[in-house]
Amino acid sequence: MGAAISIDYITHHYPGQEAPTLKDIQVTVAPGETVALIGQSGCGKSTLLHMLAGLLLPSEGCVRINGHQVIKPSPRWNMMFQKPSLYPWMTVRKNASLGLIFQGRKTDMRERIDQLLETVGLSEKAEVNVQSLSGGQQQRVALARSLATDPELLLLDEPFSALDAFTRVALQDEVTRLARERGISVVFVTHDIEEAVAMADRVLVMGSNPGTITAELPIDIAHPRDRNSQAFVDRKAELMGYFGATRTPATDKGSAEAEAPTPDTESEQDESSSSESRARVRAA
Amino acid sequence: MNREATLSVDTATVERLMPLLRFADQARRALQYPALGIAGLFALWYWGGWAIGNNEDTMAFASFAPGPTLAAFWDIVSSGAVWSPIESSLYRVGWGLAYAIAIGVPLGVMIGYFLTLKQVTHVPFQFLRMISPLAWMPVAVLAFATWDAAIIFLIAIAAVWPITYATAHGVQRIDPMWLKVGNNLGANPYHTLRYIVMPAIAQDVFAGIRLAVGVAWIVLVPAEYLGVTSGLGYAINDARDTLEYDKLAAFVLVIGIIGYMLDAICVRLIKRSSYHAEG
Ligand SMILES: Nc1ncnc2c1ncn2[C@@H]1O[C@H](COP(=O)(O)OP(=O)(O)O)[C@@H](O)[C@H]1O
Ligand SMILES: [Mg+2]
Repeated sequence: MGAAISIDYITHHYPGQEAPTLKDIQVTVAPGETVALIGQSGCGKSTLLHMLAGLLLPSEGCVRINGHQVIKPSPRWNMMFQKPSLYPWMTVRKNASLGLIFQGRKTDMRERIDQLLETVGLSEKAEVNVQSLSGGQQQRVALARSLATDPELLLLDEPFSALDAFTRVALQDEVTRLARERGISVVFVTHDIEEAVAMADRVLVMGSNPGTITAELPIDIAHPRDRNSQAFVDRKAELMGYFGATRTPATDKGSAEAEAPTPDTESEQDESSSSESRARVRAA
Repeated sequence: MNREATLSVDTATVERLMPLLRFADQARRALQYPALGIAGLFALWYWGGWAIGNNEDTMAFASFAPGPTLAAFWDIVSSGAVWSPIESSLYRVGWGLAYAIAIGVPLGVMIGYFLTLKQVTHVPFQFLRMISPLAWMPVAVLAFATWDAAIIFLIAIAAVWPITYATAHGVQRIDPMWLKVGNNLGANPYHTLRYIVMPAIAQDVFAGIRLAVGVAWIVLVPAEYLGVTSGLGYAINDARDTLEYDKLAAFVLVIGIIGYMLDAICVRLIKRSSYHAEG
């Protein structure tokens, strides 16, 4: 069963920085929902994700998962990073087992890990050292490691951005399939608009200085998604337009070909320009 | 008489011998340069012995030459006289290193982990490190009831620094992501130490131990010149007093050989503890 998340008015100041990195972030995620966070680099996406994982506490506000305030990491919500960060002195199996070892759940560990490795297509590699794996295989081990403890929530911080295009697409589909099969809630950060449309039920666009959610776009395309379908292409174009909205007007010219209306960042209160769009542009 | 038949028999034989030949070739390659080095050292030694023997002032020490030394070496080995000093010396070095590891590794982990501790300890530790362990001799003799304990203390105090700093260096090189991922998977401090920190720094720790073994072995001999009546240092001192220079040189040889073996063991441990994939 997936986790219900409620991000309640989070504002965050890093020590030594006068402007807040995040300001008044308010988001809810339904159980089993997949939400993408997209925005230019430095707008605070990783910061927000670390707070969901309990790896960082917000200066104001709080994160609740199933009603409980998140104050520290837990095997029930798990984060995957851009680098797989496997432990190079361990085999594939040992790496994948770690969460269970730390929890002391060793009784049926072997069978569980066997099953998981089969799910991610690495049964053959169970006993080899992870250093001999390709980047995509390593990220699959990281995925197995994250899933081993049966998390209710998976947090992904640009987890596929270092992979080649084929592996990336395969893993996007795989994670989406696994999360849906298991009913896991997913929040993921990406730079890649196609990735957002391929995986998410809902896309949140973040703007920077301070980091806020500036737009929100539901992606109501049935799974498995055909990336060449008209709906998919339309949603990508639409999102491209909103992604453009988070840039400053001076650098905005590059996205002029985007079909969707591009609201002026100076007048975010004026929602009329996007009223006919399915997306909501949030007032700052 | 068939030339082709002879040829084919030959090829078959050669093919069967191939692994053997390949092995011999590998052995030759692996050994030829070390053999050259050893031969060079012997040549130097031989020349030195010859020079000493031909100089009237130093003639008395002629038995430092390879001939008498090797004869004496054979004597102490075949009579078994060599084992007791080796045992005493290894006992002291072993305990000295054990204490140095028991203190140095935890200390190094803390220094590597806490920047403040590193800054606080920098001046006092560098100060202490630069004092020759032998300078502690009078203190050690006062502080410890037995000579053995005093020598073990001297070895430990000499060996603790390389271990501490190699460990700290290893901890500082730990990828912060490894700790973050561990934290994220619910590792408690014990798990972090056992599954992440220790394997990550093992190679550095053994590199530190290798340096420490070198220092300990060097400190051991002068430490055994004082007070004790056993060990390799004592054996050298004793041979000098009885003017048995061939025996003295034979014990120097023993010290070198054992030191070399200890170092070789450390090198193997370093290799085995390395998590880097081979090749
Ligand atoms: N540990 C930190 N200390 C101070 N500032 C930080 C720290 N981590 C991130 N920041 C700052 O916070 C902002 C948001 O960072 P981040 O969340 O990593 O952005 P994103 O993931 O969207 O690229 C950046 O301007 C960055 O410089
Ligand atoms: Mg980031």
